[in-house]
Amino acid sequence: MKFRTLAIFVGPSVFLMLLFIAAPLVGVLVQSFQLTQPRFETVEVETCTPGFLTQTCVTEEETRPVLGPDGRIVTETVWVGWQSYRNVLEPERVQAALAAGSWSQLMTIDFWKALRFTLTFTFLTLPLVLGVGLALALAVDRTVKSLRGPVIFISLLPFIITPVIGALSIRWLFIGDGILTAALEGWLDRDIAMFAQGWTIELLMLFYRVWHVAPFAFVILYAGLQTANSDTLESAIVDGASRWQRLRYVTIPHLAPLLVFISLIHLMDCYRAFEEIIGFSSQAHVISLQWLTYDFLTPDDSGNRSISRASASAMLTMVGIVILLIPLLRRTWRDHRGTRG
Amino acid sequence: MSAPAALRPSFGLRALTAGGVALWCLLAAFPIFWIGIMSFKSPVDAFAADPLDVVLGPETRAGGAGLSAIDLLLGAATLYGLYRLAARGVPAAAARWSPPGRLWLGWILAGLGFALAALIALVALLPLAAGALNAVAGPLGAPILGATAEHYVSVWVDNQFWRNFANSLLVTAGVVTVSLTVGTLAGYGLARSGSALAFWILIIALIFRALPHSVLVAGYLPVFINSAELLSPILGDAAPTLYGQPWAVIAVLVSINQPFTIWMLRSFFQSIPAELDEAARVDGCTHLQAFRWVIMPVMWPGVITTGLFSFLLAYNDFLVTSLLLDAQNQTMVPAIAGYFNRETTTTDQVEAVAAAVSITAPLFLLVMIFQRQIVSGLTAGAVKG
Repeated sequence: MKFRTLAIFVGPSVFLMLLFIAAPLVGVLVQSFQLTQPRFETVEVETCTPGFLTQTCVTEEETRPVLGPDGRIVTETVWVGWQSYRNVLEPERVQAALAAGSWSQLMTIDFWKALRFTLTFTFLTLPLVLGVGLALALAVDRTVKSLRGPVIFISLLPFIITPVIGALSIRWLFIGDGILTAALEGWLDRDIAMFAQGWTIELLMLFYRVWHVAPFAFVILYAGLQTANSDTLESAIVDGASRWQRLRYVTIPHLAPLLVFISLIHLMDCYRAFEEIIGFSSQAHVISLQWLTYDFLTPDDSGNRSISRASASAMLTMVGIVILLIPLLRRTWRDHRGTRG
Repeated sequence: MSAPAALRPSFGLRALTAGGVALWCLLAAFPIFWIGIMSFKSPVDAFAADPLDVVLGPETRAGGAGLSAIDLLLGAATLYGLYRLAARGVPAAAARWSPPGRLWLGWILAGLGFALAALIALVALLPLAAGALNAVAGPLGAPILGATAEHYVSVWVDNQFWRNFANSLLVTAGVVTVSLTVGTLAGYGLARSGSALAFWILIIALIFRALPHSVLVAGYLPVFINSAELLSPILGDAAPTLYGQPWAVIAVLVSINQPFTIWMLRSFFQSIPAELDEAARVDGCTHLQAFRWVIMPVMWPGVITTGLFSFLLAYNDFLVTSLLLDAQNQTMVPAIAGYFNRETTTTDQVEAVAAAVSITAPLFLLVMIFQRQIVSGLTAGAVKG
């Protein structure tokens, strides 16, 4: 295929990606070093109140936003260097916390709190998702044929459901004295409030995420099992391999590329954990990196969006995902190069 | 195939397997079905601590709303019939109704027909038939199960949830159409070109796939809000404010989805033998003609599957739509946040549950009809890509 033909085919798609992905990235990078604020001026205002014989006049200095000729507030954009990054990372408070050796003090800073949660969340769910998905695929592969269709149907439900609503549906089981909280209280014989402290919410989020993503791993691994080479398995049986050895030395190596693929997708998706925070309304206890940017972008009480801080936190988030993905991307690259020739 | 007795799994292992699968099915389905049940109860029942109270709904029944044994039997029969129709009838109808080479048209027709049939059966026919039977059945017709549709009425009618529904429909339809049109061309080009440029586009797309959406939205927001000023030198007074425009959100969601779409469609096109379009080229077609007359007729299974995933992305999105659309033209998923943020009374909460179930129902139908396509889409991306 000639370059011109390829350009016609991929042109629209590349154009969209450049306009709506690459250009905003550059924009965010620039914004993170800028600060746009209303311009303020200080004026002397004389206020007079009627008094006996003469007026009583007071002259005060007042700071007020400058209005342009069209009556709107004039804003100005200035370069502030790393200021927005400092506002997000808060190095002084980090130093103070480190000097005091206090982990809980460090965790009062939003960015570090979000980073801590996002990373632990990503790396705790990864093995769980792979494990549950593999176990399900092996189990369904052994069940009666006629049951497989319905099992796959039911398994797809948590995968396909709107993430916010999936999180909500689990929250509603536990909220207040919901049935599962009541059941837990009856079982453990103590008062339980699932949404009063961070770690219980995190447990529910972990459960939600595994519930939501395991079907994806399951379907892919199940399809992978169907293409397993039965000759190798049979010769392993003839050689006297136990069930565990067959799984360990025949099945898992066969599934390895799929496991890498699932890990890649899961890392990407889990690192941008966000819907859990909305669904469980957990922002008072637990926040994630993507939620932090979202929060900067939502108008605050006075209607302002802190765009520069959002940009700084977005750039930091992006650096994180690039670091996480480098090993996996390098592997995909090598595989791709290998198959292409 | 029967394995020798020595190799057959032991009883314990088989029991473990069956138990594990059963437990998973319970876990997977329970929260979704439970909110389905909750949405039909009065607030006291919906958030009762005793599960039996939630299912049977004594308070709701005392309030005068309930289902009799006859209602339940009829309802179960209707649902089973609909399931059979979705699993067997819809694919057959899609194949029959589609003009040759336009399988997608058949699928859309069949899907719409099924949705209409389901709606008529559940909302019009079922209550009529059940009402008539209840009147003559005596004790069998007395309500035994509390259930009320009042929350749905207040969500859809009083709170005008249908506006959000219409917005979701608009955004979703736009995203699916545009992203398939653009993505199919790109996917085909990338699948048939072995050049280094195609390889680099794919790698960069993979990196774009990993970007958190909030990073991109941080780039859009200032531009979108000020777009009227920024664009006025070029467009004059016609320059639009992009913030709050559904079509701007469509463009954004299409672009965010492009990396995934082109990877998936590329793997589908790679599974179509290249000899097919090479033969057309030998007969004198250009690449575009070969694509139009040889590839398009056989590409629909892949396109339908990719379309499903584009649909899911647009329909399920919270972050982009909540930040880029204003309250007037909000889609369904961000709109629901308004319900649980003002959860002052339990009635509000049950209304939130009803809204959540309303959002989930179309997805449920989607899995029913398109289960095979979804599974094939998931595996095609992984096994080949």
